[in-house]
Amino acid sequence: MIEFESVTKRFGSFTAVDAVSLHVRQGEFLTLLGPSGCGKTTLLRMLSGFETPDLGAIRIAGEDVTALPPYRRNVNQVFQSYALFPHLNVRDNIAFGLRMQKVPKVEARRRVEEIVEMVALGGFEARMPHQLSGGQRQRVALARALVPGPAVLLLDEPLSALDAKLRRQMQVELKRLQRRLGTTFVFVTHDQEEALTMSDRIAVMRGGRVEQLGTPTEIYHRPVSGFVAEFVGEANLLAAERVGGEQGRDGAALRVRLEGGLELSVPAMAWPGGAARARVSVRPEKLCVSKRPIEGVENLFQAVIAEEIFQGAFDHLVLRTEAGTVLSAVVPNESAVMEALHEGDRVWCGLHADDLVIVAA
Amino acid sequence: MQGLPGTLPPNPHARPAGAWGWWLLAPMLAWLALFVVAPMAILLVYSFGSRGALGVVELGFSLENYERIADPIYLRIFGRSIGYAALTTLLCVVIGFPAAWFIARRSPEWRGRLLLLVMVPFWTSFLIRTYAWIAILRSEGLLNAVLKSSGVVPHVLPAPLDLLYTPTAVVIGLVYVYLPFVILPVYASAEKLDGTLLEAAQDLGAGPLRVFREVIVPLTWPGIAAGMMLVFVPAIGMFAVTDLMGGARVSMIGNVIHNQFTRALNFPFGAALGVVFTLLFVLSYALLLWLGRRRDETAKAR
Repeated sequence: MIEFESVTKRFGSFTAVDAVSLHVRQGEFLTLLGPSGCGKTTLLRMLSGFETPDLGAIRIAGEDVTALPPYRRNVNQVFQSYALFPHLNVRDNIAFGLRMQKVPKVEARRRVEEIVEMVALGGFEARMPHQLSGGQRQRVALARALVPGPAVLLLDEPLSALDAKLRRQMQVELKRLQRRLGTTFVFVTHDQEEALTMSDRIAVMRGGRVEQLGTPTEIYHRPVSGFVAEFVGEANLLAAERVGGEQGRDGAALRVRLEGGLELSVPAMAWPGGAARARVSVRPEKLCVSKRPIEGVENLFQAVIAEEIFQGAFDHLVLRTEAGTVLSAVVPNESAVMEALHEGDRVWCGLHADDLVIVAA
Repeated sequence: MQGLPGTLPPNPHARPAGAWGWWLLAPMLAWLALFVVAPMAILLVYSFGSRGALGVVELGFSLENYERIADPIYLRIFGRSIGYAALTTLLCVVIGFPAAWFIARRSPEWRGRLLLLVMVPFWTSFLIRTYAWIAILRSEGLLNAVLKSSGVVPHVLPAPLDLLYTPTAVVIGLVYVYLPFVILPVYASAEKLDGTLLEAAQDLGAGPLRVFREVIVPLTWPGIAAGMMLVFVPAIGMFAVTDLMGGARVSMIGNVIHNQFTRALNFPFGAALGVVFTLLFVLSYALLLWLGRRRDETAKAR
């Protein structure tokens, strides 16, 4: 559907996008995720036509759009600031694109009514943008971009101005809308939770390049680098060195020592071949913490709860192993069936070898 | 604290909003009453009087002065004044809008510098600047010297331009004087315009011309309208530029009024001209307001 072919964009001496090749599939929800300055917005702006690549080509539905101005592209954008026209009411804002396309009035009216219904803005058609709440403005921006029927909808951090609760609600609504319409969505965000919730695939960007492209579960469970592991979700990212040869039932495990001294068994397959050092990523929720020894795990060790941070549904624990390695763990909050864990408690920690992710040092 | 929220007793220290704030207007109101309202009233009273011997004003109630204005000579002068003022306004908008837009789209530091340049002419006396234009436009002036030395005359144009004391010279002078009065208010609206709106319009399929018509003009209209008022109204009544650059050949209503008071010493007729002139201002202002409102309404009706 969309093809970026070694696209490069420089601003002065700064390379915002560095030889990115990326294929977006028809009807997919693709998220460009990364910290500010990673090039995600520039990549999006080249798709909408507000920036032109210095090198490379961009194709949408097979058509080379690299040099096409924004108003000739079958692509619409939802802006971060919404960019609603302050002099037009909700209906005219939404109808703007149709008017530019010279869609007959009767048809335009029907399509506007349809989309107003879809984004639940019925009754607000005559309001001016300044009379709307943030969430309503967001819906108008969305409706305005969707009504011309673009081949691709671009969304530039459209939820960042909403409060947390509304944001979560809009995430679900956006995803539902996308499934229903089958339109290809390219979504830009720096919020990993948003990316994981909504995307079919995520392109994690860093320094103008795509670091990893994959489904949310792939990105979360199998990050290809320490950067991805840390940026997406929480991770204990610890330097590790190989201390023992292959062992275990079928020689499938390696012995490694983490910084601080804790020794773990890791799958030999996962270790970068021949390397002496690497980094191990442990998701806090993969650590099993209990006052009793845990059965059936390759790695079992003791630790002391150095800190306990209440987070509502979860408890965040900072654990210090006997060897001195510090790990974060997230455990469900205590309840009638769960044992209570408190600061200073001596606990057992279990870790499945398969839950460990090894990334290059 | 007792009672429900919303039924709390009124705060005894609260002051009624704005009761004293009106006094802030007092100096201005006094000034206006003394120097605007009073002279206008005198003008109105004079306009119904007649000229006595040696220019003494004889009060009374006669419509003679107004009847005299209906004379084609004066109507033509009124029409010409309106025409020149309208042309000046148009040229000021056509020249000033792009300049204001250009300045508004620069970085904040460049905006400051360029605005300063727009205001530089105000540092010199208006009369001196008008004489400078005479030096440029007269037949042996700067413009013709440049045209001759560059060979435009006689190769492109058969003869040197004889611009001074022509309507062209008057309009050049008027546009020059009033240009900043369009640039400044248009700049003020253009600077507030969020650039993302232009991108949004393009994104929705608007080419450059439509972005201009659908987004830029409506959103800078308050500035354009203010600029037009600031040019059109004073340009009708301007007499200095027309006097100096138009000579006796191009007289406008301002010159006629000026002459009635200073040379003909016919205060009542001058006053009547002034009253009609003021009514013209009011009408043109109402027209602009109406145009603006109609624009809003057609936008809403779409």
